[in-house]
Amino acid sequence: MVNTNVTLCKIKIDNPVIPASGTFGYGYEFAQLYDINCLGTFSFKGTTREPRFGNPTPRIAECPSGMLNAVGLQNPGVDKVIDTELPKLKKCFNKPVMANVSGFSVDDYAYTCEKLDKEEQIGWLEVNISCPNVHGGGMSFGTDPSSAAQVTRAVKSVTGKPVIIKLSPNVSDIALIARACEEAGADGISLINTLLGMRIDLKTKKPLLANITGGYSGPAIFPVALSMVYRVYEAVKIPIIGMGGVSCAEDVIEMMLAGATAVQVGAMNLVDPFACQKIINSLPAAMEKYNINNLNDIIGGAHRWEKT
Amino acid sequence: MKESTFIIRSNTQIARSVYKMELCGDIFDITRPGQFVNIKLEGFFLRRPISVCDAEDGLLTVIYKVVGNGTSKMSKMNCGDTLDLLTGLGNGYDLSKSGEYPLLIGGGVGVPPLYMLCKRLISENKRPSVILGFNSSDEIILAEDFKSLGVDVKVTTADGSAGIKGFVTDAMDGISYSYFYTCGPMPMFRAIEKKALTSGQFSFEERMGCGFGACMGCSCKTKYGYKRICRDGPVLEREEIVW
Repeated sequence: MVNTNVTLCKIKIDNPVIPASGTFGYGYEFAQLYDINCLGTFSFKGTTREPRFGNPTPRIAECPSGMLNAVGLQNPGVDKVIDTELPKLKKCFNKPVMANVSGFSVDDYAYTCEKLDKEEQIGWLEVNISCPNVHGGGMSFGTDPSSAAQVTRAVKSVTGKPVIIKLSPNVSDIALIARACEEAGADGISLINTLLGMRIDLKTKKPLLANITGGYSGPAIFPVALSMVYRVYEAVKIPIIGMGGVSCAEDVIEMMLAGATAVQVGAMNLVDPFACQKIINSLPAAMEKYNINNLNDIIGGAHRWEKT
Repeated sequence: MKESTFIIRSNTQIARSVYKMELCGDIFDITRPGQFVNIKLEGFFLRRPISVCDAEDGLLTVIYKVVGNGTSKMSKMNCGDTLDLLTGLGNGYDLSKSGEYPLLIGGGVGVPPLYMLCKRLISENKRPSVILGFNSSDEIILAEDFKSLGVDVKVTTADGSAGIKGFVTDAMDGISYSYFYTCGPMPMFRAIEKKALTSGQFSFEERMGCGFGACMGCSCKTKYGYKRICRDGPVLEREEIVW
C-alpha cells in the first residue's frame, strides 16, 4: 500500500492532486460527475472584490498540445461567492477548499481575503498575482518583487489561513519573485500561471482572441513549468504547488521530483472532466511502477543530482 | 453529461463541405433536441462541439461543416473508427412553449438540430412548419428529410439557385405560427429578431473551451445576467437576449 498523503502548509491532504483555479468552477458542477471528495482539495474560480463579466468573446483558442484563454477573471464577486457558491459547495465537498483571489490593488486583495478568511471551509488562500488577461490587473504585482511582497504582507495581515502566492512565468527571474514573497511571509508558492501567447486567424487576418493575447496552458507548457518549479525549489524553503500542463499521474510524480509538495491540474479538466479522478486513481500504480512508497520522500528528489 | 466511446457507422459528404456522420453508442444522456456533443479528436487538444441532428435507437447523427483542421480530420475518418464523446451537453430547446403551430427556421449548418426538434414536436401532436435557408443550392441539407416527416418545408437560397430567392425571413410572410425555434448565423438571427411576431428560442454558437460550464470561455450577457452558451445555452429565449 503506497502513501499518497502530503502536508500542504500544515494541512494534510489525501493526495497531492488539486484542480487548478478557473478550470473547476466552484466545484459543485463537477460533483454531478463524480464524488469530488476524492480530490486532495481544489482551487476555486478566481474571486475578486466586485463581480466581473470578464473579457469579450472569443476567449478561447486552440494551440498545439494546449490552449489559450483570455477569460478575464469572470466571477460573481466575493460577497456572492460567500452567500451562494460556498453553501452549494459545502453540500458536495467535505474537505478544506483553496480560495483563489485576484485584485487590482493591494487594498482589493486584502479586502477580499479578509472576507474569505471568515469562511470555515476555506483551508488556504491562493493569491493570484499573475493573471495575464486583465489590464492593469494582477499581473503587474507578479512581475515586480516589491509589489509581490507588498500584496503578500497585506494579505498576511488580514488572515490566519495559509497564504499561497500564485506566480507568473512571464518574468525574467521567477525565483526572485518567489523569494520576495517568502520573505514577506508567504506560506507557500504556486506556479506557473499561464504563459502569454496569441493566435491569428489566417482567413480573417485577425487575432483569434478578442483580448488579442491570452494565457497558454496545456501539456505543451509542462517542461517550462517543471523547470520553473525546479528553480524556485532551490530559492525558497516554503512548500510549492507545481502546475502547468500536468495531465497524468507520471506528470504529478515528475512535478514532485522537481520540488512540488502538491500539484495542480488545469487545462486537462476542460478536455476531460474526469481527468483529476483518473489521475488520482492511477497514481498508486504509477508510484509502484517507479518504486515510490511515500510521495513525501520524493519531493525535490531530482535536486540530488549534480549537473554533469 | 456522459463520456463514452462511439463507433462510426457512416461518414459521408452530403453537400459542399458538409458531412453527415452516424455513430453507435450510448445516447442515454441526450434528452432534448438542440443539445450538442463534444468530440475528442486525436492530435487536437480541445474537443469539437457539434450539434445533435438526431439520436434514436442507439444511433447518433451529427452533421458538420469542414471549417478547420479538426473538422477536416473528422471528415476523413472511416466506418468502424471510434471517437470519444461527451454527450448530453447544453440545455436544448424547450418544447413546452411551442404552441400548436411552431415555426422552425434553420440557416446553413444551423439546420441539423431542428430535425430532431421537428420529430419530437410531431410526436407531441404539434404541427410544425419549416424554413431552411442556404447560400446556394449546393449547400442544401436535410430538406428531403424534413419533407419525409410530412411537414411543410420552404427552402430559400441567397443566390436563387433553388427554392425562394432571398433569405429565410422572405419566406416567413404568409406563414402563421404560434412560436418559433431557430438555429443559424448571427445575421439571420438579427433579421428574425426584427421580423418575428411571436416569442421564440435561438440556439447560439460560440468558441468553447470545455463545453460543460467549467471554463467560462463562452459567456454572454443576457437581460437576466451572465450565461454560459455551453451550459446555460446554447438555446436562449428571445426575451432574454441582448442584441
